[in-house]
Amino acid sequence: MEILVCVKRVPTVGGKIAVTPDGQEVDTRASGFSISPHEECAVEEAVQITERDGGSVSVLTLGPEAAIEQLRGALALGAHRAVLLETDGREFGPIATAAAIAAEVRAHPYDLVLLGNEAADTGDYQVGVRLAHELGWPVATGIKSLSVSPDGVVARREYRGVEEAYSLPWPAVVTVKEGINLPRYPSLPGRLRAKRAAIDRSSPEWAAEGLRKEALRVPESAAHQATVLGSGADAVPELVRVLDELGVLA
Amino acid sequence: MSVLCLVELDGAEPADASLRAVSLARSLGDVSAVIFADTAPEDTLARYGVTDVYLIEPSSLEGYAPQAWARVLAGLATETGATAVLAAGTDRGNEVLAHLGAITGLPMAANCTLVTPDGGQTHRMVRHRWAGLLLEDAVMEAPVALFTVATDSVAAVPAALPSGGTPPGTPVPSAIQVHVHKPELAEADLVVRAAESPAGAGGASLATARVVVGGGRGVGGPDGFAPLEELAGLLGGVVGVSRVVTSEGWRPHRQQVGQTGTKITPELYLACGISGAIQHIAGCAGAKHIIAINTDPGAPILAHADYAVIGDLHQVVPALVEALRARRAPA
Repeated sequence: MEILVCVKRVPTVGGKIAVTPDGQEVDTRASGFSISPHEECAVEEAVQITERDGGSVSVLTLGPEAAIEQLRGALALGAHRAVLLETDGREFGPIATAAAIAAEVRAHPYDLVLLGNEAADTGDYQVGVRLAHELGWPVATGIKSLSVSPDGVVARREYRGVEEAYSLPWPAVVTVKEGINLPRYPSLPGRLRAKRAAIDRSSPEWAAEGLRKEALRVPESAAHQATVLGSGADAVPELVRVLDELGVLA
Repeated sequence: MSVLCLVELDGAEPADASLRAVSLARSLGDVSAVIFADTAPEDTLARYGVTDVYLIEPSSLEGYAPQAWARVLAGLATETGATAVLAAGTDRGNEVLAHLGAITGLPMAANCTLVTPDGGQTHRMVRHRWAGLLLEDAVMEAPVALFTVATDSVAAVPAALPSGGTPPGTPVPSAIQVHVHKPELAEADLVVRAAESPAGAGGASLATARVVVGGGRGVGGPDGFAPLEELAGLLGGVVGVSRVVTSEGWRPHRQQVGQTGTKITPELYLACGISGAIQHIAGCAGAKHIIAINTDPGAPILAHADYAVIGDLHQVVPALVEALRARRAPA
C-alpha cells in the first residue's frame, strides 16, 4: 500500500493568539511551529497501516522552506519519503492547494491519500474533498476509524449519535480526526534517520482565488474576570443559587 | 434574490445548527430550505422566515451521500437562480458545501459569522480561523456565494412577525411553498454513502447537550470521573473533557471539547479542573454561561467564565452533588 499524508506547518499557539500589526498573519515571534493533532494522527495511521500490510508512507507539505522541519518530524514517526511543495510565502487557497497536491498524486502510484479533517489555521474544511474531485477518487471526511482490505477501505465516523460507515474502493482520499489513534513519540533512530533523509522539492504555481483574505483580527471577547462565588465546598450554596438562577436546575 | 439553505433534521424538527444558518441567511434574501426527507417541519421553518422548501425524496439516495447532496444543491441553485447556497458548519454541512465548491469550481467559505452582499457578485464575509480564536475579514467574488455558518457564533432567531402578528408560541399560518423534488443522480455521485448504525456507547450528544460538565487534568486520572458523571446526570447533561484527558487515554476522544474535538453550545458549561488552553476555549466559547471550578485563581479559564469557585473539584463536586440531591429529595 502506497500512502501519501498531507500535513501543514502552523504556529503552535499556547495561552494566547495574536495578529501581526498589518493584520495579515498570526504573530509567531514567540511561538514554535507544529502540525495539527488531526495530521499527527494521519501520519500515525499511515505508519500503522504500512507496518501491518507493507508499502510505504510519503509525507507532503505545501509551505515555505522552513516547513521541512514538519516533514522531518513526520519522517521521525516512520514516514519513508518527504515532499516539499515550496511556496514563496504567499498563502495558497484551498483550490490551488488541492491542485498542487493532485499533481504530486498523479506522478506516483498512491493507493490512499490521508489529510487532517481541516487545517488548524485556515479551517477551510475542503482541501481533501477538492483533491478527490481533481483526481476523480472517492472521499470520506472527519474519519475516526479506518479498516483497509485489498478491495478498499471502510471509514467510520460518528454523527449526531449515529455511526456512519463509508466503503470506498481504491484509490481513495480520507480526511481524519484526532482520536482515530494515539500517535507515538518519535524514536531516537527515527529522529536520526529523519535528519539525514532527502527531501523531494517542487514549486507549484500560486493562483488567485474567489475568496480573498483582507485581514485577521482577534475577536472582541467580553474580556472579563469571573465573579468568584467562594472557596472550596463552602461555596456550594452560592453555586446552587446561581445554577437555579441560570435555569439549569429542573 | 433567493438563497438556498441546506437544513438538517434532528428527529422531525430542524437541527438547532440549521436554524442558526437560516437566521443568518435571511439577511441575504428569500430563504429556500433544502431538506433530504419525506416531510418538512413547515411550522418551525415558517417561524424562522423560510418561504420555500425543497423536499428531496430520500428513496432516491438511500442514506446520506455527500456528493449526491451537493449535486442536488448545484441543480437547485441553477434552477432557482440562487445568489447563495449555505449550510450549518456541521461535519455534514462543511462536507457537502466542500463538494459543491468542487463540483462548481467556486470558492467556499467555511464557518462564517457574518455575510453581507456588496453589489454585483461580491459578498463581504467574516469567518472563523483557528476554530474561532481569530476572525478573518474576507471578500468573496463568485456568481453564487457558497458558505457555511459557524454554529457556535450565530444565534437562532425566529423571523420578526409582521406587525399585528400572532404572539410567539402560536403556530404561524404556513405560507411555505413545498416543492417535492426527485433528483436524477449519476451512479458516481452515490459511490460514497453512509451506512448508519446506532453508535456504540450512545447517550446524549455533546454537541447539542443543554448542560456540559467538563473535566480536565485536575480530575487526576481515569478513576476521577464518577462524581462528574453523577453531577452531569443530576443536571440533565453530559460529561465533556479537555484534550489532555483524551491524549492520556483517561476518557475516549469522543468526549473531547475543543478545536480538535467537539464544539459545544450548552446553556451551561461547568468546567472542573480545566485550566483553559485556547484550543479548549475554541470548543466551549459557544456556551451561554461558563462556571469554572479551579484551584488556581489565575487559571486562563477564569477570563472566559462568568462565575468561579476557587477550590479542589474533588471537594466541590461531591458537595455540589450532595446539595442537588438534597434539593431534589422530597421534604
